[in-house]
Amino acid sequence: MIKTIASVSLPVDEVLEIKKHRIIPAGGVTGKEKRISVVTGIHGDELEGQYVCYEMIRRINEQKDNLTGIVDIYPAMNPLGIDSITRGIPAFDLDMNRLFPGNKDGDMTEYMAAYIIKDVLGSDAVIDIHASNIYLTEIPQIRINELHRDWLVPIAKKTNVDFIWVHGASTVLESTFAYSLNSRNTPTLVVEMGVGMRITKKYGDQLVEGLFNLMREMGIWKGKTKEPRKPIISENPDDVTYLNAAKSGVFVPNVKHWERLKKGDHIGSIIDPLKGVVLDKIVSPVDGILFTIRDYPIVSEGSLVGRLLREEVVRASEIVNEQISKNDREQVNENTRDYMDGQKGEF
Amino acid sequence: MRKKVIYEIKSLYRDNFRVTGYEFGEGEESVCIVGNTRGNEIQQIYVCSQIVNRFKRLEEEGKIREGHKILVIPSINPYSVNIQKRFWPTDNTDINRMFPGYHLGETTQRIAAGVFENIKNYKYGMQFTSFYMPGKFTPHVRMMKTGFEDVELAKKFGMPYIILRNTRPYDTTTLNYNWQIWETNAFSIYTTATNVIDKASANMAIRSVLTFLNKEDIVDYHSHDGYISEVVDDRDMISVRTKKAGIFEGIVNVGDEVIKGQPLANIIAPYEGHIVETLEAPEDSIVFFAHDEPITYANTAVYKLIQREK
Ligand SMILES: [Zn+2]
Repeated sequence: MIKTIASVSLPVDEVLEIKKHRIIPAGGVTGKEKRISVVTGIHGDELEGQYVCYEMIRRINEQKDNLTGIVDIYPAMNPLGIDSITRGIPAFDLDMNRLFPGNKDGDMTEYMAAYIIKDVLGSDAVIDIHASNIYLTEIPQIRINELHRDWLVPIAKKTNVDFIWVHGASTVLESTFAYSLNSRNTPTLVVEMGVGMRITKKYGDQLVEGLFNLMREMGIWKGKTKEPRKPIISENPDDVTYLNAAKSGVFVPNVKHWERLKKGDHIGSIIDPLKGVVLDKIVSPVDGILFTIRDYPIVSEGSLVGRLLREEVVRASEIVNEQISKNDREQVNENTRDYMDGQKGEF
Repeated sequence: MRKKVIYEIKSLYRDNFRVTGYEFGEGEESVCIVGNTRGNEIQQIYVCSQIVNRFKRLEEEGKIREGHKILVIPSINPYSVNIQKRFWPTDNTDINRMFPGYHLGETTQRIAAGVFENIKNYKYGMQFTSFYMPGKFTPHVRMMKTGFEDVELAKKFGMPYIILRNTRPYDTTTLNYNWQIWETNAFSIYTTATNVIDKASANMAIRSVLTFLNKEDIVDYHSHDGYISEVVDDRDMISVRTKKAGIFEGIVNVGDEVIKGQPLANIIAPYEGHIVETLEAPEDSIVFFAHDEPITYANTAVYKLIQREK
């Protein structure tokens, strides 16, 4: 069932509508079902969630009998932005993710934000899918405000992402979609993956597996799901090293995304195509894994070219996960092969 | 007058990005005046240019009092102005949402940090800025309610209004807010226009700044004292919102006195020409802000009114 959750007339012969697709169990609802909401497109240039929405609906429809709860899919919270390759809300030049919880008596943008919150509020889990931005590629990860750590990390672990990043609280973030819902007792996870303006099917499939796993744990799905991979969890700001461009120029990478690096490894160069010289050679300041890498080549002084998660954190997670895996293996004798595939992340 | 580069970044293909400042007088860091942070704030640059021009003469005439240093930065963001884009050319970030900045951060954080480090210790900070919605304002001084704001001091500008803004989460990264946190007496000054030059309100702003500085014994300048400012809490302002979208036909202007029930604007059906909505004044009031674009969206606050004292 496709429903319009907010609607507003534009000046000339056009109505702006925000729509959702609700899927309910084949036998109807009793009112006791759990509900998961999958939301994307708050930033109009982040498209990774488009494929996830499609694939969720496709798989559910294929095995409709396995659906035991409510799935709400919201593929386009900022339709004008998606249509015009604009991150924010066109004409207003506003970041939609700084408008929540919105205001029904406010302007058009605040009004839409208020209706979005009204519709999503009360979900048993909300997944807000972002795609970094057009400059940076991100490994599938969930970002959690430290205020909601204890509540959200256990849910995030079920979603098959590679990395959970618990970050510091900031007043600016209080106007985000996720904060507005989390502070109103609706658990909301922010997924960042891939890169703006593109679809990385591999990541989409990975997250879809995770969302089905989460749905199964929530009692929304009774079909077979795969064991989620064990994410690396970072809770300490010192775990992450930022690499900012020291010079303005063109960034050419020398390593791959999600590569384990040693201190001193050559990450990439900033070159000057006019003079034909290297302006800056970027080397890894620490041992670690490169979970963010710059995709868009042009950089100004200060532009982010990558983020590294320090080796100790990666190692610590691996040791914990090996221990968990060992315990799990002793308990679970069936489906061992599936499970091990899950560990390696090969679906 | 001493011209100096406050902050500079090398670009790959463009001329260096430079923030240029003009210093007058010598002594304690008394007054810092900042113009545009966004690419469409042309009036804000213009006002600063005229202030630089006036200070140059005052300095030559020995009318800047001893012991005071004044710094004017007409533009924190010439790059955006030159390509006629509101926000930062590459990543569309707003420099006025980056304060106090971060030296090791992204480009606009570095610019904010590089500028703020040079201006954070001034006793008085004045910023010419603009509203996020297109429209005209009655000239006013705006202060954020941080607990540090000094309304009596703001009255020395002699502007018609002092608006007290209740801070919202995203305000904490503006220059005005951070100046106040660093104990600078910070004022945002709004003239009528943004992307066009409005000489009348520009002149009023220049006179207001000079009047303020004269009253604070920083420059020697004599003119009339301006207005006895009315102090208004932004929450007490009356917003008149459209119910319908369409072509906007404004009837009244900023500064106009209107009576309850008086038509303020018509919204016209864009294809068929009839009036779909007439907005009326809900109270006897003064027009403080007026939308000035030819179209409007629904639910848009196209007028902000200040109720007339009864
Ligand atoms: Zn996003």
